[in-house]
Amino acid sequence: MPQNKHRARSPNMSQQNNWPLWEVFVRSSRGLSHVHAGSLHAPDAQMAVRNARDLYTRRNEGVSLWVVKSTDIISSDPDEKDSFFESPQGKDYRHATYYKASEGVKHL
Amino acid sequence: MKHDELDAALDSFGDALASATRVTPGNALRPEDIAVDGIAPGEDVAQYALTLGDDALILAQRVANWISRAPELEEDVALGNIALDVLGHARSFLTYAGLAWDKTEDDLAYWREEEEFTSLWIVEQPNGHFGVTIVRQLIVSIFQHLLYQKLATSQDETLAAIAAKAVKEVDYHRDHAIQWTIRLGQGTKESAEKMRHALEILWPYVDEMFRDEAVHQNLESIAVLPSTLREAWQEEISAVLAEAGLEIPATGQAMAYGRRGEHSEHLGYLLAEMQVLARKHPGASW
Repeated sequence: MPQNKHRARSPNMSQQNNWPLWEVFVRSSRGLSHVHAGSLHAPDAQMAVRNARDLYTRRNEGVSLWVVKSTDIISSDPDEKDSFFESPQGKDYRHATYYKASEGVKHL
Repeated sequence: MKHDELDAALDSFGDALASATRVTPGNALRPEDIAVDGIAPGEDVAQYALTLGDDALILAQRVANWISRAPELEEDVALGNIALDVLGHARSFLTYAGLAWDKTEDDLAYWREEEEFTSLWIVEQPNGHFGVTIVRQLIVSIFQHLLYQKLATSQDETLAAIAAKAVKEVDYHRDHAIQWTIRLGQGTKESAEKMRHALEILWPYVDEMFRDEAVHQNLESIAVLPSTLREAWQEEISAVLAEAGLEIPATGQAMAYGRRGEHSEHLGYLLAEMQVLARKHPGASW
């Protein structure tokens, strides 16, 4: 795996904690997507789901939970922010509003 | 999904305030509701509700002692949740029992003496190390889960309603204890040894849970006879221990009669700590 580029996030948040870090995704209601809610420590996947239930669904927030090992998440590199996210600037033609509806076109 | 339903769902989406104030429908039996409804139980039912309330109250006090002391922050929250759930059950049972004697849940929790508490010995046993707390929770949660399942069909509607709410929560406590028992039993040599130690310490208080007492008499189709739960309990806990690689220890049984107000040496200290504030500042609220 190339260094720096597409780096996996380090779980080394606490030196004393031997439990791996997990990222928690909560689906708040049927029909919606799972949304990242936060992270937690747990010894294994099953316990991570249970801890997530205790930490992130106490007030009826969710109908479904996903947990993913933080080390399994591949993130974009903050140093490459420019080339990654700013290239669409000035490319207005990528937006629908760039185009004018031609005269006489119905149902637009 | 209809449009207005979708709107409602989207309104609360990612909004912490919206979710914090949402109330679960059908899950709303609170001690306050019992006090307001005010249908007083008869003396026999009140005495029975008191035993269930005392078990829950003392267990809640014990488990709550883990807060800020659990091995990990996440476990701290889990044990805190469990303690609060159980405290909720205690509040409901004690509120209901108190209606028979014109007493509040606080009167019963803070102003009774040790020999007036009817809780089982298992719940007053000290937390010990984490394994002891987990084994105690395993023994009690499996018991309470079976008990509340049956009590939910009681002819006493208030007891049935409290049990119906409690059973879902206890189901989770049971699962939490089972998961830990399996992990610690199958874990390292040391964790397995500590679990064996915990089982030896706590097993002497098992028989008492299933002993039918005077308080259960005259309450046919209202109270659950503890002896009728033994077989299912034994089967369930044996399966868990087998999966964890642990065995039921060959210990004797304690002469435990908590239902009659006879307690082990541990309850007095627990009550002193639990009651001191209320007794020092009678009527104070915060």
